[in-house]
Amino acid sequence: MGKRIEVTDLNVYYGDFRAVEDVSITIEAKSVTAFIGPSGCGKSTFLRTLNRMHEVIPGARVEGEVLLDGENLYGPGVDPVRVRRHIGMVFQRPNPFPTMSIKENVLAGINLNNRRMPGSEKDDLAEQALKGANLWEEVKNRLNKPGASLSGGQQQRLCIARAIAMEPEVLLMDEPASALDPISTLAIEDLMNELKQQYTIVIVTHNMQQAARVSDVTAFFNIAGAGAPGRLIESGPTEKIFSAPDVKATEDYISGRFG
Amino acid sequence: MSTTTAPVDSDTSPSSAADPRRFGDRIFSGLAAASGIMILVILAMVAAFLLVEGGPALFADPAKLISEGYGEFASWVAPYAFGTVWAAVLALLMAVPVSIGIALFITHYAPRRMAAPLGYLIDLLAAVPSVVFGLWGAELLAPSVRVFYVWLNENLGFIPLFDGKVSGTGRTILTAAVVLAVMVLPIITSLSREVFLQTPRLHEEAALALGATRWEMIKMAVLPFARPGLVAAIMLGLGRALGETMAVTMVLSGGKNITFEILTSDNPNTIAATIAQNFPEAFGLKTNQLIAAGLVLFAITLAVNTIARWIVSRRAEYSGAN
Repeated sequence: MGKRIEVTDLNVYYGDFRAVEDVSITIEAKSVTAFIGPSGCGKSTFLRTLNRMHEVIPGARVEGEVLLDGENLYGPGVDPVRVRRHIGMVFQRPNPFPTMSIKENVLAGINLNNRRMPGSEKDDLAEQALKGANLWEEVKNRLNKPGASLSGGQQQRLCIARAIAMEPEVLLMDEPASALDPISTLAIEDLMNELKQQYTIVIVTHNMQQAARVSDVTAFFNIAGAGAPGRLIESGPTEKIFSAPDVKATEDYISGRFG
Repeated sequence: MSTTTAPVDSDTSPSSAADPRRFGDRIFSGLAAASGIMILVILAMVAAFLLVEGGPALFADPAKLISEGYGEFASWVAPYAFGTVWAAVLALLMAVPVSIGIALFITHYAPRRMAAPLGYLIDLLAAVPSVVFGLWGAELLAPSVRVFYVWLNENLGFIPLFDGKVSGTGRTILTAAVVLAVMVLPIITSLSREVFLQTPRLHEEAALALGATRWEMIKMAVLPFARPGLVAAIMLGLGRALGETMAVTMVLSGGKNITFEILTSDNPNTIAATIAQNFPEAFGLKTNQLIAAGLVLFAITLAVNTIARWIVSRRAEYSGAN
């Protein structure tokens, strides 16, 4: 578990519109990489190309290469459904399945794989995943209650549990704490520090303090103006990006002198 | 006085009851309440009519009814009540899977250029008058499906449904159910389409991000979310099938035999068709008897709707509203 991602010359298009231009970046295994940048700079779009979730939008396509430990995610014959089973994703707003219980939510991905897993093994797996997401103690007595009965922060950790129950190689997080209160945010950030022992984590965030707190590497995206494609301006160790970035635009953005 | 306070204008103070901006608000809430009450009044009036006019047949001395040739009410209405429910159930068995299939195709599979015209076509089907469906069923469908009925009877006759002597005209309860199915199809399709479209994108993406295929995503996120809406759509369709009069009257050669055989000429008629066929010549107690049959139909529809409500509310805490 925990694989390295190498992206070379990636362009993302929505129809004729180029949304992201020429991104090349290496994301190290078992580390947290944060994408920061202003709204509309393509960081979320780029994140979605890492598990081919952008293909959900009609007309979206990609040019370039994304290698997961050397294997091209966009190679011929690669099934996006299989890619997503190996690269988990957590979304901006908590989205547990409303019709499922807490336990069913955690096991949703496992049940998809049609694994004829004995019930006791499933129980263990659900417990492990919930423990992994620091949620077990809070829900162990109500596993059969609906997932939607939890608080927002708990729901988001439930979604993380659902993703890590699949034992993914990479965990993508699209502003996972932006809809949460500060205490729940802190819980998610602590969790990321634990999860990176096992998983490669990529997080998109608008919160610069959050990027500084949780990430090992930070990548700054920007756009030249409306209608122009988003570009990766620079990436590097988080301390360096936040203390002595190479590019002026990065420094401006980080210090709040942007736009 | 060193402090300055804004002068209180009596015309714009919030407590003023004569506030002109509130006037429209009150009119509208009055109109809305009146419309709501009107439904109750109309329903009560219909129920009262059925009870008062049907009463004489319901509460008449059974001996008198039998001696005058009407038959005891319960045993007279039973085959028609059965025929009504049986035809509607058969129709739904055919219409529901097809409707949900069409709705899913339109919302999740069809290319956008194709989805919209297909939706219009389905809605157009709803605009065809039932008498036209009746003509179609009686003149075209019934004669042409007979060959198929014979085949069913010969090859699957061991199933009680297809047993018996095949009708010579094809005007069986199965044909009537096919016509009913075509008639309820647009209702169920367009309602389920609306429900499917309301599935939150977040839930669909949650399923896809777990590595669900399109069909697995539909099973995981769309169908569970749509379930209460689907039940409502099916019940509306059932309501239409139960009450449909014209098409059944024209297609079905109905009798009074309670049977599950769907290919024979010995079919139970439906309540609505029985009323339509007999009412023009009815007088006296016969009229009361037919109206009482209408009351039975009313009760069946009410029971169906109550059951539907119960199904929807049973898992309310798991509903999509979180």
